[in-house]
Amino acid sequence: MSTLPEAPAARQASEPARVSLTPQPAGAAGLPVESEEVAFDIRNFSLWYGARQALMDVTIKIPARKVTAIIGPSGCGKSTFLRALNRMHELTPGTRLEGSLRHFGQDLYGPGVEAVAIRRRVGMVFQKSNPFPTMSIAENVLVGLRLNGVRDKAVLQERLEKSLHMAALWDEVKDLLNRPGTSLSGGQQQRLCIARSLAVQPETLLMDEPCSALDPLATAKIEELIQTLRQDYTVVIVTHNMQQAARCSDRTAFFYMGRLIEFGNTRNMFTNPSNPQTEAYVSGRFG
Amino acid sequence: MAASPYLPTEQFAHWRKIKSTAVTGVLVVCALAVIAPLFLVLYFLVVHGWSSIDWNFFTQLPKPTGETGGGMANAIVGTITLLTMASLVGVPIGVLGGIYLAEYGSDRANDWLRFAADVLNGVPSIVWGMVVYLMLVVPFKTFSAYAGGVALGFMMVPLVMRTTEEVLVLVPQSYREAALALGVARWKVIMVIVVRTALKGIATGIIIALARIAGETAPLLFTALGNTFWSHNLKEPISALPLQIFAYAISPYDDWHRQAWAGALVLMALILALNIIVRVLSRDRINKN
Repeated sequence: MSTLPEAPAARQASEPARVSLTPQPAGAAGLPVESEEVAFDIRNFSLWYGARQALMDVTIKIPARKVTAIIGPSGCGKSTFLRALNRMHELTPGTRLEGSLRHFGQDLYGPGVEAVAIRRRVGMVFQKSNPFPTMSIAENVLVGLRLNGVRDKAVLQERLEKSLHMAALWDEVKDLLNRPGTSLSGGQQQRLCIARSLAVQPETLLMDEPCSALDPLATAKIEELIQTLRQDYTVVIVTHNMQQAARCSDRTAFFYMGRLIEFGNTRNMFTNPSNPQTEAYVSGRFG
Repeated sequence: MAASPYLPTEQFAHWRKIKSTAVTGVLVVCALAVIAPLFLVLYFLVVHGWSSIDWNFFTQLPKPTGETGGGMANAIVGTITLLTMASLVGVPIGVLGGIYLAEYGSDRANDWLRFAADVLNGVPSIVWGMVVYLMLVVPFKTFSAYAGGVALGFMMVPLVMRTTEEVLVLVPQSYREAALALGVARWKVIMVIVVRTALKGIATGIIIALARIAGETAPLLFTALGNTFWSHNLKEPISALPLQIFAYAISPYDDWHRQAWAGALVLMALILALNIIVRVLSRDRINKN
């Protein structure tokens, strides 16, 4: 069941390339079929690091404008999966993949597709906050725009404010915009990195354990922020923290040893999982 | 009273103290031996050179044989000119080569490049002088500032390349990933994010290389040649402090010997100043991180 109303038609019309969703038989671990927009349509996706296979035959449809949490024990392939969604895994030499991965209908691995163009639409927030040390708060937020050729002062100012507002950081930094980004606290730095990702106006935001280095208060702020983001963005978040997955996601995918074991509504996953491995993991019996 | 098993016997404690003192003493002597040559150099330069340093030394040309006084103004300007020209050759090639090593090269290509750079570092400086003599002096039939600058620039390349590579590798991978995840092209990520983060380190490497080559004499012998007058044209032979020192030091005249000491002191002060700049730059970097 959708927890949010469907997106306005206007937004879909502006994206001519999106697929129309005809009902399809759900894969063994796939999502129950519904008529909702799909952000990532991934079929039979496998990925190898050299000779080691990190992802095995993953088929999953990640819904648009919802928060999807990826959980699983360390080494289960969840970070690899997330990095494959905007081709960040290509920074690791010697990777190879099979299967198809579509983002709003576009093949991410098709011939001639540029990773740079994908990453403008699929942003990423990392485990460790990493504001650029040579740049001020404002420069950090705007660096993606500036390096992609945006020069218009008015546009830059507007995006700066909007991004910091969305990242719930504006009130804290509005008088410190010229201070170094690294002068902020850990939680603020992570929100600055989120603002930096939002400034280039991606459609989708990938978050790789964004709170694992933060204290509970800073974590709460980021989770609150994720709740606001899902009105406009597709969010995919990898987390080690099952409470966090339960608190802030609509859907949860459980990965184990490179396979997608189960994918479903978060409430079901945590209260009534259909797979015994999921049940064992979410109840804390292993992992 | 039973002796505590944790306390050594008196005799044992005594022997251990002697050993400890002896070893510490050897280490202190070695440490002093390391810094002693520096003070030796400064001592001799100041004792012999200081008295000949006056305003004229920095403003006048060398006087003809037989006349006393005069200075090394042309040699000081010549050294600065040659270092600038060496930088024009050595910095772009060295920095871009270092960027290639750190960011682009395959492991195999990098192994070869590093090996080549290390061999180049070991090439005796007189050999550079001979190579550039054949490359630029013979074809153009004149010793020139160009030739001297190129010879020194070649010496800078491997130094700058290796230090650039080292500081670029120190830039955390997370900055590259963060910038790439914003959909920024890779070359922009490298030039704007990575190089900018490592800029102080790169500058430090360049200055260290300049300090290394500032005192080189051999590569200039067959290239810049030296000049007792101002050189008004980079196509002419040009003077340099080490060349002038060399020329004066092997002369039979006491006055020229004094001038040579003074020149050596000025050259040493220049190199010391470059090293102090390096210290300041590196201290800043450490504080910032």
